[in-house]
This record gives sequence, C-alpha cells and structure tokens, in this order.
Amino acid sequence: MTKWQLSMKRLIPSFALALGLMVSCLPAMAEEGGALPTAGTNVQDQASLQRGAKLYFNYCVGCHSLKYERYSRMAEDLGLSEQEVMQNLNFTGGKFGDTIISHMPGDAAAKWFGKAPPDLSLEVRARTADWVYAYLNSFYLDPERPVGWNNTVFPNASMPFPLWELQGMQTAVMKPGTTEVEKLELSKPGKLTPAQYQRASLDLTNFLEYVSEPAALQRHHYGIWVLLFLALYTLLAFLLKKEYWKDVH
Amino acid sequence: MSNVFTRMGDWITERSPGLMPMYRKHLSEYYAPKTFNLWYYFGSLAMLVLVNQIVTGIFLTMNYNPSAAGAFDSVEYIMRDVEWGWLIRYMHSTGASLFFVVVFLHMFRGIMYGSFKKPRELVWLLGMMIYLALMAEAFMGYVLPWGNMSFWGAKVIISLFGTIPVVGGHLVEWIMGDYLPADATLNRFFALHVIALPMVLLLLVVLHLAALHEVGSNNPDGVEIKKGPKGNRWSPLAPADGIPFHPYYTVKDLFGVGVFLMVAAFIIFFAPTLGGWFLEHDNFIRANNLVTPSLIKPSWYFTPFYAIVRMFPAMFGTAVWGVVAMFGSIAVLFALPWFDVGKVKSIRYRGTGYKVALGMWVFAFFGLGAIGTDMTAELIPELFGNVDVTFWENLFGRTMVLIYFGFFVFLWFYTHFGWEKTKPVPERVTTHD
Repeated sequence: MTKWQLSMKRLIPSFALALGLMVSCLPAMAEEGGALPTAGTNVQDQASLQRGAKLYFNYCVGCHSLKYERYSRMAEDLGLSEQEVMQNLNFTGGKFGDTIISHMPGDAAAKWFGKAPPDLSLEVRARTADWVYAYLNSFYLDPERPVGWNNTVFPNASMPFPLWELQGMQTAVMKPGTTEVEKLELSKPGKLTPAQYQRASLDLTNFLEYVSEPAALQRHHYGIWVLLFLALYTLLAFLLKKEYWKDVH
Repeated sequence: MSNVFTRMGDWITERSPGLMPMYRKHLSEYYAPKTFNLWYYFGSLAMLVLVNQIVTGIFLTMNYNPSAAGAFDSVEYIMRDVEWGWLIRYMHSTGASLFFVVVFLHMFRGIMYGSFKKPRELVWLLGMMIYLALMAEAFMGYVLPWGNMSFWGAKVIISLFGTIPVVGGHLVEWIMGDYLPADATLNRFFALHVIALPMVLLLLVVLHLAALHEVGSNNPDGVEIKKGPKGNRWSPLAPADGIPFHPYYTVKDLFGVGVFLMVAAFIIFFAPTLGGWFLEHDNFIRANNLVTPSLIKPSWYFTPFYAIVRMFPAMFGTAVWGVVAMFGSIAVLFALPWFDVGKVKSIRYRGTGYKVALGMWVFAFFGLGAIGTDMTAELIPELFGNVDVTFWENLFGRTMVLIYFGFFVFLWFYTHFGWEKTKPVPERVTTHD
C-alpha cells in the first residue's frame, strides 16, 4: 500500500463516523422552519422587489416604518431613480437620504391597536420569509377581535388586514366541535384572483427580505468571484505543496 | 536587488541577534514528523481564525456602540451604511463559529493520538486554558449585538452563578453590575471581549506553541521521533523522521488554508446565518427584558455543556449540581493526562475497549448537543409519537452525561490496572524510507 492509500484507509472510518453524525442532525435542522409553506423568495428578482416596494408603500408604510432602510439605498438597489422614488414611493415627506419612518404616532397607535405597529426592517430575519408569507395569507374575519381580523399564523394579532381589498375576505372553517381553525375560505373575492394575490404577497415578502438584509445583493454578487479565486488559489497551493514534498518519502 | 535584502537582513541581525535563532528554532529548524495527516491542519487554522477575529474585530469596534441604547442600531449601521461592514461582520460571526469547529477537531486529534500524554502534558494544559478563555471570549462577544437572544442568553448563563449557595445572588449582581443584563454589563463585556481576553488568548497561544516546540510534535503513530534514529538531509543531529516545519508544513498549510477559506467563504457569502445556527433569528430582535424568546438556547458550541446543566435536578435545596457538573465536564478534560495513563499514545495501536469508549464519548457529546439545541424535544415526538418528552429526554440526556463522565473513569481503570490489550507500537513512524 502506498502512503496515500494507507492514510486514507485510516482516515475513512473516522470521517464516515463524523459524516454520519452530521447527517443524522439534518432532519432536525430542516424542522426549524416548522410546518409553514415555502415562500420561495428571490431577492435577485428586481421586478418582484419593485412590485413589493409599491405594495409596501401603498398599504404598509402608513403604520410600519423601515427605520434601517434609506430611500437612497432602496433606489439604488431596486434600480429606481431618485425622482421615481421621491414622487411615487415617498409619502412620508422624508429626504432622499433619510430612513423610511412612518407618520403613525407610536403612543396613539398603541391606544388604537393595543400595540404600536412594529418596525419591519428586520422582520424577515427575525421570523423567516416563510413566516411572513404565510402570515400575509392567513388573515380571516373574526368579529370577536377588536379590529375584526384574526390570523392563523399569529393568533390574536392586533393588526387589521389592509390588503383585504386585494385578497378579499377569508372566513375560518372550524374543526367540528372545537375553536380550532381547520381551513380558511375566501368568502368575498377581492380585486385580485387567489393566484394573483399569492404572487403579490410573495413580492411583498421578497421586498421585506431585501430590506432585512440589503447586503444580500452584494453577497451574491461577489460570492461567486471569491469562491472562484479561492479555488484557483487552492489549486496553486496544492501544486506548490506537491512540488515541495517531492523529496519527502 | 538581492544585495539590498542581504544588507537589510545583516543590518537587522547585527542589531537584534536573537531573531534568526528564533526563526530557526520555530520554523526552519523545527523538525516535525513527516507523517502529519488531515487532522494536523486544524492547529494552524485555529491561528488563522484568531488573526481573522482580531483584525475584523478591530474594524467592528470602529463603528460599534457599546451601550444598551445604541448597540443594536450600530450593528445594523455596520450591516448597511459602513462600506463593506456586512462582510467584516459576517467574517467575524462566521469566524466565531468556525473557531469552535477547528478547535474541537484540534482537541479531538490530540485526544485520539495521545498528544496530551507525557511529555506533552503542559501543551495540553495550556491548550485547555486557551479553550476556556475562548469560551469566555465567545460568550461575551455574543452578548454585544444586544439582540434578544444576547440578552436572555446572558441572563441565563450569568444566573448559573446564582445557584452557588450563600454568595450566588451577590455574585450575579457583581458580574452584571445591575439587577438585569444592562448598560453596565454590556460595557464591561465589551472591555473584556476586545481587550482583556484577546490579550490572554494571544499570550496563551504563544505559551502553547513554546511548550510544543520544546518537546516536539506528536504524530498519528504516537511515536517519539526524537527517540528514533538521528540524521536527515538538513542536519546530522535532527530526527531522521522529521522535516523542517518551514517550508514543508508551511506550504502544506497554505493548501489547507485554501480549502478552509472556501468553506468559510461559502458560508459568509451564501448562508451567513446558516439557517439560524451561526446567527439566530431571535437575535435580529432588539433586546427586550419583557419579551422572552420562545426557546432560550446558547450558541451551538455551548450546547453540550448547557445540556449537562439541564440534566441535573435540584437536590438538597440547591440547583448548583448541574453547574458543578458543567464545570466538571471541562475540568475532567484538563485532567485527561492523569486519567489516561496508558503508555501507548495513538488510537492506531490501542485496545478495542479504548476505541469503543472514545466512539461512545463522541456520541455522548453530540447527543448532549442535540439536547442543548432542543433537537431531542422535536425528534422524540416525531420518532416515538405521543410520549412524555421530558421523561425520555432526561433519560437519554442522563445516559449521555453518564457516558461523558464514565469515559474518564473507564480510562483510569482501563489504563491504571493494565487491562488494555495494545498492539505493538512501531519503532518509527510508519511511512519512513
């Protein structure tokens, strides 16, 4: 046996053991997301981000700030001009370099809704995109709640559902004899078909995913080149090592 | 050109005569066994990560604000407004986790090949001190972003000291400088994280290497090359099976660095949170002492030790036992050279009992990790249906704790009374000429 074969023979069992242990952990890792449907967001899809931004500024920014995101950064990352952003998306009166702050007065909002609407800059990183997407699809009418809406993903959420005019109104079908929601039914259609609404809520989730980490665009952009460079470096280092080690037996 | 360099070299040597001998002793005339395998990359990789943590850490401190009011915002400022801030931060956060990956592998190599045994006990002890300092460094660094998991993790870990009878309560307040983790806590953790502990770590690393280079490196055969025949191509006095660390192992490590950096870069650029394992979801929420995360768990590298705490119930009116056991689990590692007194170093020539025990010990370490990360709480209902999860988790966990500590007890009996049936150890490393 050559030296290489000998050392591989000795290393393989230990690596097989390590690999086995790691693989045995994988199902549990996959569990982390819970039973939510996969949103399938893609922050590289600029058109989707633009549609999501439009929805956000029409339906959400009235209550929810994005206090870590600047208008200027958003314009640059979404391929929009300063004029487009300031005329079509800036309803808060902020400057181009400002962060996106809602006009909603926090104290009053806490009184109106029971809780001040949270800032959503990091919502996707804190909750995952799958959660946000599922949340946007799970509102239903519930006359027992103060604002008339409830949500299966976040039960007893204090938020009304501003997107109802797009999705329409869902009502809950309870499991017989329980207060547990079995499924949601569209009782009054909205402006969009269910497929269109899913697409729209995906765009909105995608936009929030981008806002939660604008650097993701740069990461993906540079990552490939860094890996290619390192692969080349590693190959050269390997050849150098082989050359130096020629005389070691 | 070369003339200029020679003259510069001479100029320096004349004024600092100690430098060349040091270079020779630690690099060009440090003779390491020529049979290092894959396991021997992790020591130099740990040094690489240490340098990465220090350099990226320096740049992070330039924009980080160590106050309860400003810390969380300043991290997002680094992520968004600081040029390349996101890269520096991800290099630091990924580096922290990878530090533990390479250190765990490095330590396991030492255990497996008996590198802690005579004459390298001091190398092992210094290494264990590095590990201890690293745990303190990582814990305090984890608190700095002041996310909700930072806050609650700090609260839970610091309150472990509160279980110590009589002084516990005062000790907790003394550590935090407040009744809750707060501004004072964050400030002192910042000071310790960026100044005190890095200096301790660097000093210990120097001592660790100095101690190693005095006795020489072990190898996968556990053979002392210094006791073998003398004379190689470089020196008639050097061990025949040794090769100069530089250039042989420096170029070899350059290759290892390349492979390691590819793994690191993949995580940094394509999965910096690693699905919540390297950066937790709950830590993207600002610290809030009124909202407890649904599940408080430490970073993955602490989970086996954290699980040990959880597996001990309160007895005799105090909950200190779990904490004692947790520190004990580190203490027994310190004392490993005196538990395992077998003369044969490498797993290659050790008895079957040792191999089985080591395998079980590794399994127990992962098993405890699974409990600490709450995997078992999810897996048990999935595998066994509607059962008492706490009961089965405790049963499994306590068995793992028993195996973890049992390994050391077993080693003592096994080696002390000569029950081990070892294979003959070769005179020289196995691939010599």
